[in-house]
Amino acid sequence: MSTFILLLLTGLGLAGLYYLVASGLSLVFGLADVLNFAHGLFLSVGAYATWWAATSLPGAGSEGFGFVLAVAFGVVAGAVIASIVELVLIRPLYRRTIAQVLVTVGLSLAGVALLQAIWGADPRPFPRPAWASKVTMIGGAAVPNSSLLLAASAAVVLAGLLAFLRFTRVGLVIRAGVEDRAMVTALGIDVRKAFTLVFAIGGAAAALAGILAGVQFSVVSPGQGTSLLIFGFIVVVIGGMGSVTGTAWAAAAVGLLQQFVNYYAPGLGDICVVALLAVVLLVRPQGLAGVAGGAHA
Amino acid sequence: MSAAAPLLSVRDLRVRIAGSQILQGVSFDAPATGVTVLLGRNGVGKSTTLKAILGLTPAGSQVTGEVLFDGAPLLREPTHQLVRRGLGYVPEDRGIFAGLTVAENLKLAERVPDPDYDTAYGLFPELKQRSRQRAGTLSGGQQQMLALARVLLNPNRLLLVDEPTKGLAPRLVTEVADVVARIAETVPIVLVEQNLGLVRRVGRDAVVLAAGTVAYRGPIGPLLDDEQLTRALLGVGSHGRGRAVRDTGDARAAVDARTAAPVTGDGGGGVRPEAANGQGTAQS
Repeated sequence: MSTFILLLLTGLGLAGLYYLVASGLSLVFGLADVLNFAHGLFLSVGAYATWWAATSLPGAGSEGFGFVLAVAFGVVAGAVIASIVELVLIRPLYRRTIAQVLVTVGLSLAGVALLQAIWGADPRPFPRPAWASKVTMIGGAAVPNSSLLLAASAAVVLAGLLAFLRFTRVGLVIRAGVEDRAMVTALGIDVRKAFTLVFAIGGAAAALAGILAGVQFSVVSPGQGTSLLIFGFIVVVIGGMGSVTGTAWAAAAVGLLQQFVNYYAPGLGDICVVALLAVVLLVRPQGLAGVAGGAHA
Repeated sequence: MSAAAPLLSVRDLRVRIAGSQILQGVSFDAPATGVTVLLGRNGVGKSTTLKAILGLTPAGSQVTGEVLFDGAPLLREPTHQLVRRGLGYVPEDRGIFAGLTVAENLKLAERVPDPDYDTAYGLFPELKQRSRQRAGTLSGGQQQMLALARVLLNPNRLLLVDEPTKGLAPRLVTEVADVVARIAETVPIVLVEQNLGLVRRVGRDAVVLAAGTVAYRGPIGPLLDDEQLTRALLGVGSHGRGRAVRDTGDARAAVDARTAAPVTGDGGGGVRPEAANGQGTAQS
């Protein structure tokens, strides 16, 4: 029983990480039709910004309020970089899908190379509060606090995103834009303003994912974001492009599947995730929450 | 057409989408009052004309020519700014957001501080009762009402309305016709419509398109009274009992047969093969 609880909670922690990566990807693709391969860079930006802040920024550190400040710095850095990427690189290329894919792929490669050039390719120890490396006893299982932190953070982000989409005017524009972007402009709304905001939100969530991944793995390395991005894309495709709740369900499914299978058959979990992706694509290509035919037909 | 200066002036509008020339030089004026009806068989470019005016043609399409709205050129401006200048648009497929509630659809369309819900709910009281229902679960008629109510929340200087009766039951067609007639009392409309009963009732000027060009421009009455001319241009009889029958024939073939010289009217347009033509509908 304690093993089950442990796997369940660490699986949900992994799911939380995937959700944070995928939520921004999904919204950006759903609204703006942009496949953002540079999204992994936002993870690395968040992680490195937090690492830098914890060691160099006055007032910030790896414990207590100092850590909160360092995390906030990393999240803001992710949002800022994402906004800049949208304004400078993506915006001139709207309606040119191939060019966008090329520019985001190029940016992710260049970004990783830049991080390597500045801080080296070796993993660096990530500053994390002492309590994050401890465990909490739940139902007889010793659950790592970092897993609980990931799951809780993702739940907060999910709730915040849902509230934002439901109760704000911009949220309404985003939900409508995911369905039919052209019609939103035909109502007199400049939908591109929402694009920048969605990029910023996605960048912030991704940065948080990068930071919490640093806490979880206790190191930060330039390529970390890109390797997590693969699972982010899988979650987005399984969940259905543009759906916040669909992405959440898919993240939970992928995280739990991977964790449980990897425990009983190490290494097989990742293959099972790919198999799940294949099954979803065959049976329900629009994803769990997607509408057949979709708004992008 | 009207003696007063036109509110909307379309000059030599040409649209090329994915390699095929949909509009080949369309010119017409819409006066500042009344309903100007765009007529023509399926696939001649009626909807494309409205979309081109609003800048809503698909990515990669080439649009040339000139469109003046109250004297100012429109074609290079982004869609949302045109709409804010008072061009309301009701698209052919209604363009409502299925996943949003009725109230959210209306809220999204608000673009002034004091949206006119009195007019919208006055014309369509049903929408008020259904405000919390998801728009995707509405009937076709209710969706059309929502699409019309949406533009009426804001002050408009001109409405572009694309086939509001498409796919509606006869009783609803009458209802929509009533609404269009009432709206037209205060706002000029450019209306794409195939239902000649409705056209006769609300329309004043007609612009008939054929094969991407204008085949007839003038008052509606004489056009619809001349059965041979109507058959030649539209492929339907205008003197049938009650409502007009829609031409579901192969529009392109029909149009090609009588490009440019439509007025010789041998009446052959009335007997088109009844093959369904999805492509033509999509482009109309």
